[in-house]
This record gives sequence, structure tokens and C-alpha cells, in this order.
Amino acid sequence: MPNFSKFFQRHYQQEPDKVSITMLFAGQPACPVTYRQLILGASGYVQTYTQYGIQPGDVVLLILQHSADLLFAYFGAVLHGAIPSIMPFLTGKLLPERYRADLAALVAVTQPTAIVTYREFELEVRAALKPGQDSVRAVIISDQAKGPTLPDFASFEGLRRNPEDIALLQHSSGTTGLQKGVALSHQAIINQLNNYGKAIRLTDADVFVSWLPLYHDMGLIACWLMPILLGYPLVLMSPFDWIRAPHRLLQAVSEYKGTLSWLPNFAYNFCAQKIRDRDLDGVDLSTWRAISNCSEPMRWESHHAFYERFRPLGLRYEALTTCYAMAENVFAVTQGGIDVPVVYEDIDREILQTKKIAQVAQPGQIVVRMLGTGKPILNTRVRIFNAKGQPLADRQVGEVAVQSDCMLTGYYHRPDATEKAFVDGWYLTGDFGYLVGGELYITGRKKDLIIVGGKNIYPQDLEMLAYEVPGVHTGRASVFGIFNEATGTEDVILVAEVDISDPGQRWKIEDGIRTAVTRGSAVALRYVHLVNPPWLVKTSSGKTARSANREKFLKEMQAKGQGY
Amino acid sequence: MTDTILEKLGTYIATEFLRQPDRLIKPDEPLLSSGLIDSFHLVDLSLFVENNFGVRIDDTELNASSFDNLNQLTAFINARQ
Repeated sequence: MPNFSKFFQRHYQQEPDKVSITMLFAGQPACPVTYRQLILGASGYVQTYTQYGIQPGDVVLLILQHSADLLFAYFGAVLHGAIPSIMPFLTGKLLPERYRADLAALVAVTQPTAIVTYREFELEVRAALKPGQDSVRAVIISDQAKGPTLPDFASFEGLRRNPEDIALLQHSSGTTGLQKGVALSHQAIINQLNNYGKAIRLTDADVFVSWLPLYHDMGLIACWLMPILLGYPLVLMSPFDWIRAPHRLLQAVSEYKGTLSWLPNFAYNFCAQKIRDRDLDGVDLSTWRAISNCSEPMRWESHHAFYERFRPLGLRYEALTTCYAMAENVFAVTQGGIDVPVVYEDIDREILQTKKIAQVAQPGQIVVRMLGTGKPILNTRVRIFNAKGQPLADRQVGEVAVQSDCMLTGYYHRPDATEKAFVDGWYLTGDFGYLVGGELYITGRKKDLIIVGGKNIYPQDLEMLAYEVPGVHTGRASVFGIFNEATGTEDVILVAEVDISDPGQRWKIEDGIRTAVTRGSAVALRYVHLVNPPWLVKTSSGKTARSANREKFLKEMQAKGQGY
Repeated sequence: MTDTILEKLGTYIATEFLRQPDRLIKPDEPLLSSGLIDSFHLVDLSLFVENNFGVRIDDTELNASSFDNLNQLTAFINARQ
């Protein structure tokens, strides 16, 4: 199959009445959508895009919640031959001005031709645009789109897309992430679905269950494109519902006999700790065969807590699997735990930190328990390089590099960033890790990037937000992440130097920073630490040295006998 | 009673969510819309309310339109007790 639209044509012809997606949203009855309904809804959008003069190859930005609108607008863009990209949704807590700035930055780089959104966001979206000057020719309001329409496949430009044409863009959040859209071709995505489908041993009995956001590779590829294109049932929930009621995931698995899910590590802790017993009455998890831990550092302790809590409901230990993935490889690089249980080993922490070698610990040594991410999936190779670009032997820690048949075409309109990402045909991931007999272990990251609940957070974005708070001066804040054992993900810490000593004023600044970051980004700060100058460690070029500041903060906390 | 509820909620939020145990949270201070607490905290807050005041908050009620400050949350609890 050379392009996505061919898959839809086949589903429409061969199994139109099969339910493709069941949408489960809080306060609404379950809404099953068959392939016929999906393709009719998408065909309505094809006509709408045509009316607005959207051409094949144009980028269409979607700012919609998980809904039938999103489903139809997305696959309508696919059938039309356009390039859909889902933008994180504007939630009540986000400051409109910040969202507008992010959107304007995205528009400037990605140059979308159209934006599809709800009527209530129209003003917000238009406020970010410069009519006549930027690329956006149409703001399409979802309730104005044409309703379900019989498909005229012969007229669909999507069917004539070439395998190497760009199929979609993926962005991560924040000002920095939005300016680096990962452009993926039809061929790369289809290769990934084939390779990964084999790795997880897809069968006709499989049912996908997901609450993951769709602007992120784990949600978009594993829990949206894979089931919908390949023809496996998908039960789709909303991340907003799940975070308020994590038990809904388990209830959905039980009710729909779910077999496959993907979760970021924090979700294992969140479910294990925060679900009430009474919300699990009658829940049966025995059908769950692979729950893949993916998208942030994964912990054996999180698997263990999840397993112990839900074992009485029929959860099998073998169902806890692992995966190493990135948008630049469409999704998965490795998968562990499918044919054999997930492997783990206890590594000598001292030797790992000082010699960069992962040596199995002798009894009595302080250990780091490492979960294996599995072996590379089909048509994918992994190597570990040292800082000079030389390949390393097993158990030596270096940068993880990937080669595959499902690599990104490039960062959209960013040839500079694309060029930097590859060395001699290897994609450098920015993650540190080591190999043992083909099994890949991830030990850390090269960049200052923080991953919170699976979301990539660029510290510079949060520092910029803090500088807008009165009393905080530019260049005098530092943001970093510290792993929190209880939550299973990183806490975000911001340290800022302030000249004011009055406690009341300092509270005000702390609140101001907290509010600015929560309302201006996709995360909340766990800790705001105000210090008297000079405290921050700077690099020779005057920038804040985040890892050095992180060490200093940890030492202070330990000296005070507080956490971490 | 109302004062006790206000105080307990305020102390809980200041200590657990903000990690500023000395921090006083004013009864009318916006919590969700201001970004002081975020969606990850909502389940904890509803568990705390249920365990301490015997009042159940449905997950569909956990949003800024049901309550956005301690006064509103306290009134919500009182009405259900």
C-alpha cells in the first residue's frame, strides 16, 4: 500500500460495518464509529477542504479535542492529500496570550494553509494570525464543515499521494517543540506499522484501549493510526477524563476486552495509587496482553506497584511490556516483553556513574535497577556511539543511534535541524544507553530536556515564562527535572535568584512564577525555590548551567533533610 | 465547621501540592484558573475530601466550573454533608 488512503478504500469496500473506533467520553454514551461512518465523515471534510481551496500537500492544523470532529477532520485531510497536524488543545488553565504566541510561532515555521477548530476558539486562533501576511488562508469552524457525504474515491487526491510524500507532522509541546515539526512520509509510517505490528504479534483478537493525547507519537501512531489503518478496534478515551478518573481505563479494558495499551511510566504509579477499590467492582483485566511502558524513563518499581495492585483483577505479569520510541522513527525503535518477560538487571551505580560502564553489581553494592526496552524491531538497527562518534561495545554507555526504514523525512522547513540530527546516516537520539546482546537499556539524556508524564518539556521555555514575572530577572532562573519515586516521573524544579528579602513579597514572586509556568506551558512546577544571589552556576558564556544547578539544589535539599 | 474545613484544605494544598507548608491560602484565592493547582492534583484532592469529610466528588465535577477556590469547595462539601 503506497499511501494511507488506500487503506481506507479497502476498509470501505471490504468491511464497512466493522466498528473502527469506540469513543468513550465522560458524561456521554459510548459512541461506536464504523469504517463507513468514518469515511463518510471524512469525505464531508474533503469537500470542505476543497471549497476552501486547500491543495494536496498543504498543511492543515487541527485544534480539536478527542471527538468525531477530530476523527473526520484528520482523515478528511488524509483523503484530500493534505498534511494533518494535531496541535495541543487550549485548556482553561492556559493563558490565551501564551497560546497565541505559541500558535504564531508554529504558523511562522510550519506555514499551514488552514486551521480547523471550534467556534469558541475562533477568536483566539484569529488573534494569532496576520491575514494577508502569513500562510493561513482559512480558519475552518468544525460546525461549518460539510456533514457525512458518500465518498467519491476517484476524486480523492489522497489516493494519488506517492509513498515518499509527507503524510503528517508531529510536534511536541512548548515554544521550542512547536517549532520543530517531525515530517513523516507515507512509506515511513507504513513501514513502522508493519515492523511494529510484527514486533507486538498483532492478531485478530486484539483491541486497543487508549486515553493518550494525539499530538504525541505514542498516542498518534500506536493508538490511532495503527489500529485505524490496519483494521483493529480502538477504544478511545480523552486524556482530560483519564487524569480525573484513572479507573476509566481499567473499566474500558474490562468492558471491551482490551488487549493492548501504551502508557507513560507515571501512569502505572498514578493508577496503582489513586484508584479507589469501589471503582474496580467487577473489573476483569485478564484480556490485557501487552501494556507497553513508553515515552519516559521506565522503572521496575512502577511495573511492580501496578502489578501488585491489579493482580487480583486478573492482570498477568507478562502483560507488562516495554518500548523505546521517538517521533523521528515514527514510533517504536525497540519492544520488550512480548515473547519473553521484560528483562531487568541490577547495575553497579558507582561504576555506571564514574566509568560509564553498565556492570552487573556484586552483592552489597548500591545498584540501579535497569529495565530493558527490548530488542530493535524489524528493519531497525541500534548502535551506541561515544562522543567521538565511534561505536561502543556491549555494556559501554554512550549515545543511542538509530537506523531504520521508518525515519523522518526531516524537521519540517528546518533543514538546519535535520542536518544536525544525522551523522553518517545514523540518527542521534540524544539519549544515553547501552546494549547487551541486542537488548537496549536507556540510562539518561544528553540534552537538558525534561520528560514529565511522557511530555517533553524544554527548560528554556519555562525559564522564559518566569522572566515575565516582576522581581525575576532575565538570565537568573534555572529549570531542571528530578525523578520522583512516588509519582514515577520527573518533578520540575525552578530556582530563581531574587533581590527582595521581604517574605510576603517572596511569596508573591513564587506564586507569580508558579502561575506563569502552569498557565503558559503544559506542566506545573513541583518546586519553586527562591534564592539570594549569587547562587546560580553559570557557564562561561553566561547561560545558566542547568545540570550544575540541579546538583547544587539536590545537595541543599539533602543537607536540609528534605526529599530526593 | 466551615473554618475547620477551610483550614484543613488550605494546609493540605499548601503542604502537598505547593510544598510551602507555611503558605496561607486565602479562601477566595483562585486555585485552578490561576494555575496554582493543576489537573494532576485533582484526583488527590477528591480523595482527600472523601477521606476527611466523607463527601464524594464525582470526576465530572472536578473542574474550575464546580469550584475554583476554597470557599466554593467548602460550600460544596457542606452542602453534601
